[in-house]
Amino acid sequence: MTTPNPSPTTLFDKLWAQHLIQMSDSGAGLIAIDRVFLHERTGGIALKSLRAAGRQVADPARVFGTMDHIVDTYTGRNDDTRMPGGREFIVQTREAARAEGITIFDIGDKRQGIVHVVSPEQGIVLPGLTVVCPDSHTCTQGAMGALAWGVGSTEAEHALATRTLRINRPKTMRIMVNGVLGVGVTAKDLALTLLARHGSRGGQGHIVEFAGTAIEALEIEARLTLCNMGAELGCFSTIIAPDEKTFAYLQGRPYAPEGELWDQAVAFWRTLKTDDGARFDKEIVLDAAEVGPMITWGTSPQQAISIDDVVPFADEASAEIHQRAITYMDVTAGQPVEGLKIGSAFIGSCTNSRLSDLRRAAAILKGRKVAEGVRAICVPGSGLVKEAAEAEGLDKVFIEAGFEWREPGCSMCFFAGGESFGAKERVVSSTNRNFESRQGPETRTHIASPEVVAASAIAGCLADPRKLAA
Amino acid sequence: MEAFVRMTAVAAPLVRANIDTDIIIPSREMKSVSKTGLKDGLFAGWRYTAVGGRDPKPDFVLNQPQYAGVGILLAGENVGCGSSREHAVWALHEYGFRAVVAPSFNPIFYNNCVRNGLCPVILPADVVAAIAAQVEADPAYAQVTVDLEAQKVTAPDGSEYGFALNNEEDRIALLNGYDAVDLTLLHKGAIDAFIAGDKGQRPWVYL
Ligand code: SF4
Repeated sequence: MTTPNPSPTTLFDKLWAQHLIQMSDSGAGLIAIDRVFLHERTGGIALKSLRAAGRQVADPARVFGTMDHIVDTYTGRNDDTRMPGGREFIVQTREAARAEGITIFDIGDKRQGIVHVVSPEQGIVLPGLTVVCPDSHTCTQGAMGALAWGVGSTEAEHALATRTLRINRPKTMRIMVNGVLGVGVTAKDLALTLLARHGSRGGQGHIVEFAGTAIEALEIEARLTLCNMGAELGCFSTIIAPDEKTFAYLQGRPYAPEGELWDQAVAFWRTLKTDDGARFDKEIVLDAAEVGPMITWGTSPQQAISIDDVVPFADEASAEIHQRAITYMDVTAGQPVEGLKIGSAFIGSCTNSRLSDLRRAAAILKGRKVAEGVRAICVPGSGLVKEAAEAEGLDKVFIEAGFEWREPGCSMCFFAGGESFGAKERVVSSTNRNFESRQGPETRTHIASPEVVAASAIAGCLADPRKLAA
Repeated sequence: MEAFVRMTAVAAPLVRANIDTDIIIPSREMKSVSKTGLKDGLFAGWRYTAVGGRDPKPDFVLNQPQYAGVGILLAGENVGCGSSREHAVWALHEYGFRAVVAPSFNPIFYNNCVRNGLCPVILPADVVAAIAAQVEADPAYAQVTVDLEAQKVTAPDGSEYGFALNNEEDRIALLNGYDAVDLTLLHKGAIDAFIAGDKGQRPWVYL
């Protein structure tokens, strides 16, 4: 018989207590920050501004940087970019990082890639750590059992200079997903289902813990995909309790502990979970069996529907927003999304550019060809993902199907003034944001899993991968 | 950082939900590693007729003469969502905005406002809509007051609405223009002591 825990706490409560240096009267906590990750888009300016204020990085060994947002993803790339002025971001970030003694995964380094792909891959993020990055998708890294969240450049500067941040304690939410995801249904579909049901403010003010048997069943890369879209739920961040899969994933990674320190760390990590009976401020339950392949039809990630559904009619409360999205996307209420002609297909981004994502897309592409007139692009999340994919011959599958096979980076996940999809072009994309003009001037982005993107690229229109397989 | 105590100014009604940071300052308008040179790119997608161009769209609020000298932004739910880019706040500030009034804020955007001398004010959606309606009737004269010291907003018709920031530290920092790093480094002793203890507990954290 086990005695019930007299004061059960959540995983977040534990991490908060472990990092709290002091509490102010008003409820803001001064929190120790274990890792800062920077990229050339917003990190360079934090370093530059730190210098300008006459300050230094307090502990450079725990600060990392990568080139991902602005760097080109063409073969043979260098510091010059298609984005006007991009070179300055790259050069200044590199120089500032060097001056501060920060490790940076630079162009030409196999370890270079999208920050939220690189951090777990290198074992920089570990269970129980606090990790900040001036990037809104830092919540991705919560999948490793870390408290990881996005900050602005000034807050990053604060973390660099003081090894701390002052934050309000977020409320807690648990999203329980039990049951089994159907065949061909992925973590991306789960995220889009949650967005469709709970909206882009569904997590506001909360740290969201994903739990339940369906979450335990997810592989680490799928957990990263799910947590990635916590940013779209508007929450403070997302987290998943570390388990044997997490430990197995991390063991032997370059910045993970080794030997005795590893054993000690794992023993500690095993304590990082929500106790039975712990209370959350909010709880949501979802049955995995209800989730199918999803796609967005509008200009907010919450405007998501099942791939075999029709563009919804507006309800009164959201009529104006709804109509704006319908007009922008050039769709009609009541129209099936399947069959909408596309101009381009994109597989990449911190949501879906890891090896398992590329494998699943390649399985669909194998022996098939991208429809005529469709431009299809695959951008692996890091140099190591690219190398591993090439070792399995996935690059050949993509290329033979008619995809461009690129160098790692954020690439066309977002439009920064350089390379982009065509004006008003309809794009099916494995990314996380479908905002107006996100991928180019007035582009019409439909977000979906890599499977849906691959199937659509072949069909030349939005397509259900389950039907293609038949 | 510039302090914010109170301001009476022309307010720009842009009461749409989910105004994301890419709308506030498109990526293509962030041309250098700098916190300045951004005001021309503010709301570029809505403000100009063509991507990258500078021909004003006459119907956009900021292009209308009665909104000259604007200092307060009235926005809808979830303002500042999307990318964490602080450039959105830098661009607003450089343009002349010192306060954003909305029913809810993206948390990163909210913090970025506080760290850069912009006062984030949360008021109920119907109140923001009511203030916007009054402003629209006569933008140049129907001015709005945001008073952080008294923690209230005064609408053009004289109605007053109380508000509170997320925490008192934020209010003190904004009222005094304090630099957050300096404030935190007052506690350097506590930080050093915490890290020394933590190294014993979680040695693998320290590389
Ligand atoms: S891949 Fe896209 S969403 Fe992810 S960090 Fe890069 S730009 Fe942001």
